[in-house]
Order: sequence, then C-alpha cells, then structure tokens
Amino acid sequence: MRRRARTALFLVAAVVLAAVLVDGLAGLPAFGHFHGVDGRTLDHVTVRQRHATDVVTAVNFDYRGLDTMGEEFILFASSVGLVVLLREQRADRQQCPDDAGGASGDDGRDPLLALVGRWSVAPIIVLGVYVVTHGQLTPGGGFQGGVVLASALITLLITTGGRTPRTIRRHGALEALEGIGAGGYVVIGVAGIFAGLQFLSNFLPLGTAGALFSSGTVISLSTVVGLEVAGAIALIVAEFAEHGQTPGVGS
Amino acid sequence: MTALQAVILIIVAASGTAVALTRDPTRQVILTGLFGLALAVLFFVFQAPDVALSQIVVGSVALPAMVLLTLRELRRRASEREDAE
Repeated sequence: MRRRARTALFLVAAVVLAAVLVDGLAGLPAFGHFHGVDGRTLDHVTVRQRHATDVVTAVNFDYRGLDTMGEEFILFASSVGLVVLLREQRADRQQCPDDAGGASGDDGRDPLLALVGRWSVAPIIVLGVYVVTHGQLTPGGGFQGGVVLASALITLLITTGGRTPRTIRRHGALEALEGIGAGGYVVIGVAGIFAGLQFLSNFLPLGTAGALFSSGTVISLSTVVGLEVAGAIALIVAEFAEHGQTPGVGS
Repeated sequence: MTALQAVILIIVAASGTAVALTRDPTRQVILTGLFGLALAVLFFVFQAPDVALSQIVVGSVALPAMVLLTLRELRRRASEREDAE
C-alpha cells in the first residue's frame, strides 16, 4: 500500500476510534463513584458466606471458579504447545552426531552474581509459598504466587547463565507440578459433585474466617492453581534456556 | 483524586510513552519492566492490591523474561546465519 493511502486509512480509523472513545468515556460514572451492584453485594456477604477475608480470591476461586478453570487451562495448553514445539526442534537437531557435546552449563558468568542468585532461590520460594497459601486472607493467591515460585528458577537461570538443574529435568518435576495442578482443579471440582452438590461448589469445611486453613475449596483451588502456574511458567523458561544451550537449533 | 493518584498517573503515562518511543528492543524490555512496576503502584494506589500483585509478577517478571529469551534466540539464529555464509 502506498504511503498516502496508508495515512488516509489511519486518519479515518483514528477519527472513528476517537469518537467511540469520547462517547464511551463520557458515559462513565464520576471518579470514585462505583455503581456495580455485584461488587457491593460481594463486599458484604463474602466473609460470612465463604469465611475468606480476601474477597477477590473468593470471587476467583469460588463465585466464578469455572472461569478460573478456563484461565488455568489456557496457560496449561499454551505451555504444553510451546514445550512440544521446542522439544521437537531439538530432537531433529540432536540426530546430527557433531552436536553430542553441547555447550557447558556455566559459561563463565560473574561468580558473585551466581552466588547471589543461588542464595536468593530459597527466600523466593518461601515468598511464593506464602503468597499462594495466604490468598484467601490477604491479596495474592495461586496465579501470583505461582509466578513468584517460577521466578526462583528464572533468577537461577539468569544469574548462572546455565541450564535447569539436572535433578529437576531428569525427574520431570516441572511437568509433574503442572499436571498435578491442572488435574487437581478438576478433581476438586468433581469432588463437589460426589459431595452431593454441583461442580466446583464449596463443599469443604469453611473453618474460622482469618485462619490459614479456612474458606474451604477457595484455599485448595488457589493452591493447585499455584502449582500449575509455577510448573507452567518454569517449564516454559526452562525449555527456552535448554533451547539456547543446544547448538544449531532452527538454523 | 489525591495528589498521589495524580502523580502515579503521570508516571505511568510518561513511562508508557518512553516504552513506545524506544527503538532498541533490549532497552525496551527493561523499560517495559519499569512501566509494569509503575502500573502495579498505580493499581495499589487505586486500592486494588490483588491486581497490583498480578501486575508485578506478570509485568515485571514473566513478560520481560520471555521477551529477553526470545531476543536471545533471535540473535543466536542471526549469528549462526552469518557463520554459515
């Protein structure tokens, strides 16, 4: 397309977009005046109904638990797809005999940086576990905590410039984590049916509001999502890192 | 609107513009991380701590890490192509 035609197309689109935006923004409620009925209702009933003090987590894993299952499986499917693609490329390449050696794990990064990286792994994992398990009490939950957990591996890979530790790769720990997390959500959902209620209904004892083990299935679902997200993100990063170490992939 | 809210809105607008105006992808990734962090503060100031936490982990950890990994992969392929020629 010629430059003038492109500019003309952009101008038309910009004018239409500006008109729609102005119209939409003019109809918004005034700043700080929220009109949502559901939000106000949930603010009042959640602690009493679900014994969860963080309303957002209760909404995510209970009132609209089915949507969260969909979101969880979007991440699951995309990470599995990516891993399959990357591994297939690598398998093709590794049939060539001259690649047998591969690159070494530690390619001479700053040793102090590597040390700091290794030492920060445990604190990051503790923080991640905290964020996952306290989702029903304070802001946080499975999605956020899961990424924090995965960032322990990201930190390790960035600071040491190496590959995923061999013990994790050999035993398929990340794949297991992701699978258990994704499957666990459905298992807890189906368990609701066996308890005589509906799919994903909160059938577990609710406990005392504000205690760590409270809110029934909210904390359980949040925890399995934490496992799934941690596994999925860590697996994606580990596969990319592995890919970078295998010489000649995709050339 | 409080002064704090106004300040953070301006910071978000400025850092978002900076991301869009940066041409070098590596610098852009770092700026995207900072922009994500500013957004997280914005959500927190506007009383949405859950969203702020999601924004921190996705905008400052997951997204920059993936873009950086992709950039490394692209560079490696480019240098291999040069070697082959």
